[in-house]
Amino acid sequence: MSDILEVRHLTKRFGGLTAVDDVSFSVAEGSIAGLIGPNGAGKTTVFNLMTGIYKVTSGEIMFEGKPVHDLDPHIVAEMGVTRTFQNIRLFRRLSVRDNILTACHGRADYNVADSILHTPRYRQGERRLATESERLMDLMNLTEVASSRASELPYGLQRRLEIARALAVRPRLILLDEPAAGMNPDETMQLMALIGRIRDEFACTVLVIEHRMDLIMGICENIVVLNFGRKLAEGSPEVVQNDPAVIEAYLGAHEEVSAHA
Amino acid sequence: MNWFYIKGILILCGINLTAVLGLSLLTGFTGLFSFGHAGFMAVGGYAAVWAGLRMGLPFPVALLAGGLVAGIVSLPIGRLTLNLKGDYFCIATLGFGEAIRLVLDNVQTFGGARGWAGIPVTTTLFNVTLAAALGTFVMVRLVHSRHGRNMIAIREEELAARTVGINALKYKMMSLFISAVYAGVAGGLQAYYLGFLQPKMFSMTRSTELTIMVIFGGIGSISGTVLGSILLTALPELLRAFALWRLVVYGASVIFIMISRPEGLMGGKEISIAWFRRLLRPVGVGGAGGSGGAGGAGAGGRGVRQ
Amino acid sequence: MAQLIQQLINGVSIGSVYALMAVGYSLVYSIMNFSNFAHGGVIMVGSYLGFYLLKAAKLPFPTALAGAALGAALLAVIVERIAYRPLRTRSAPFLYFIISAMGASMFIENFVVATIGPTFKTYPAVFSRMPFEIGPLYVGRIDVLIFVTAAVCLIGLVYFIDRTKLGKAVQATSFNQRAASLMGVNTGLVVTLVFAIGGLLAGVAGVLFGMKYTVYPQMGGITIKSFIAAVFGGLGSLPGAVIGSLLLGVIETMVSGYFSSNYRDLISFTLLIAVLVFRPIGLMGKVTEEKA
Repeated sequence: MSDILEVRHLTKRFGGLTAVDDVSFSVAEGSIAGLIGPNGAGKTTVFNLMTGIYKVTSGEIMFEGKPVHDLDPHIVAEMGVTRTFQNIRLFRRLSVRDNILTACHGRADYNVADSILHTPRYRQGERRLATESERLMDLMNLTEVASSRASELPYGLQRRLEIARALAVRPRLILLDEPAAGMNPDETMQLMALIGRIRDEFACTVLVIEHRMDLIMGICENIVVLNFGRKLAEGSPEVVQNDPAVIEAYLGAHEEVSAHA
Repeated sequence: MNWFYIKGILILCGINLTAVLGLSLLTGFTGLFSFGHAGFMAVGGYAAVWAGLRMGLPFPVALLAGGLVAGIVSLPIGRLTLNLKGDYFCIATLGFGEAIRLVLDNVQTFGGARGWAGIPVTTTLFNVTLAAALGTFVMVRLVHSRHGRNMIAIREEELAARTVGINALKYKMMSLFISAVYAGVAGGLQAYYLGFLQPKMFSMTRSTELTIMVIFGGIGSISGTVLGSILLTALPELLRAFALWRLVVYGASVIFIMISRPEGLMGGKEISIAWFRRLLRPVGVGGAGGSGGAGGAGAGGRGVRQ
Repeated sequence: MAQLIQQLINGVSIGSVYALMAVGYSLVYSIMNFSNFAHGGVIMVGSYLGFYLLKAAKLPFPTALAGAALGAALLAVIVERIAYRPLRTRSAPFLYFIISAMGASMFIENFVVATIGPTFKTYPAVFSRMPFEIGPLYVGRIDVLIFVTAAVCLIGLVYFIDRTKLGKAVQATSFNQRAASLMGVNTGLVVTLVFAIGGLLAGVAGVLFGMKYTVYPQMGGITIKSFIAAVFGGLGSLPGAVIGSLLLGVIETMVSGYFSSNYRDLISFTLLIAVLVFRPIGLMGKVTEEKA
């Protein structure tokens, strides 16, 4: 299996603060990988660098052999990388259906004139988008709430909708930023199953951020541990779990972790 | 109140509606606040009069030319300012709007601050209605397309919109361009209705007025925009008797709407055939929760289920 | 050379008035994160208050100035209570604040037109109009008064913000409203306080502006200048607002003096646009990247 993502000597500084410090790792194609570490370890910053929200200070991020750092987020998305956010960012006032329909936009190619004149190209395009979003809602068990406003969904469904919206872009790599945050154990179990399904049914590599180790151990094949912006360890769940440096970091940050759990 | 007077108010309604429709796309659907659209009206007005009088183009072509010129002027402005965050964009448009007015004040070819008089009155109730109706039709179709949805996504959550592959700058530019074209056409209609042009007609107060109409009607609703601009144009005119106090009342009602019904008259909903059908059904059959000014596909979907 | 210095003096004088307006505007911006377009109305009302306190009530100048400032502060607080607080409690997006502010501005301006009338009013001569002569230079007494008053007010403000407990609360709130409220800062009180301070300064600015020029209902429009100045300096930065204001005052008088007053406003707006495009954070602003 080849690597779909390669991060080389990635560094990001904000003024005097180094949020990410010379981090290198790679993610194998078709795998589920985890990026873990205590709060403030720089995990979300890495995601922001991967999706073009922040510019890198130095280092590179290669996706399918092509550099994706310092590109605009929409270009990164077109290349096949998309994400969800730690603090859910849905199109809040739109219905579930319209959230997904909007994200499918790339699969229709009619222009402004087509939409004003309702040309066949517009009709075909709209039909394709509608079919595609219905299919996605079906796969993600969202059909029942299709007409509900996104902001009115319960928390767990909002998370699922955000993942569905990301999948509408047909990514080959999806980045999930603390998808289980705020979920109860039951929802968390469902989510873990869902992440497995995403990989299998959407032929998509998954990189998950979590700061709760227990959660990620069950589903990830490879785990990268960050602490204070540096890579602390990397390897299979067993290797990482027994790494003294990781245990140390987690015990040291124990209070903070439980405060946010 | 005679027909002549009423006709005048209706023409003003049509002119404002045309301008506000464009601004509605920018503010109501794309979430960008402009305090400079009177500037685009000015550009469109002067260009349309130039095209009509100096170049001898027929009226409809002159109007379109005015709109196009306003649109073209908006492009470099958009390129420079659309990357700015909320308030800064707002202040930048204010700056551009005022700058356009002040430039016109100093250009003697167009009559400078004294203005340009003797424009033949060509705008009639018929052609202004035609323009506004056409403008409404185009706008409805536009917001019910993937382009419109992308703009709404930017309004709702720009960062997320970008990570699902929406080129935010491109769509903001498109929205600004289209809104400037509408403002330009409205500026032309106004010039050919009043028979003269003066830079001070296009002050920041005028821009503010247009923005208030959008908000009054409700963010993200075309029917709200139509209602809002007609009501807010006609009401002050009908209140002429209270001459002095009408703007006081106007200001107070703007505050009142913001604090009591901030979603505006229509609250992001649209009046459509489905809406009337729902209105006629017995109370208590919950609507679909009224997704935001979402789009035809959404509304259509609901229709199928009903 | 003498002419240049003369223009500089005039520029600093008008710049000081801008500074009083811009600081109040910027202070509100730093806490509330929106452009308070009602600020101009408050300035105008302060100016009218000063006018009537001097002319009708025949109060001595310092008392009239204080009265006008207090009246303007009260108005600013009332505007906040009625037009902004309901929006703040349901954390409405900033555009609603702006629209509400425009409504308030329209209300205040037209209320004055309806009750007092649209005509210009001239302040009674409190001081001799004879300027001081320093060598070849003429320095108006009013200009000296403006400069000294503005300096005293701004120094007082700096002292308040830096040295008092309430001032620290204001700073904390502007830095991070949520954190400040978690740390026990009464943010509601801070907001009221900030509007009161902005109002006080606006009242003083209104009186000074009215004395130098005239009083009229639309004079609130002058606050556009203070927006420009605040953007020059960096929105939300107080020293930035002062420097931006002085700079704008000097640039304006220079353009009027050496070119034509026709181009004065055009140059100001062009500068505004240039700053926004090339250095949107202003002279004193800090670069921040949006958090995801």
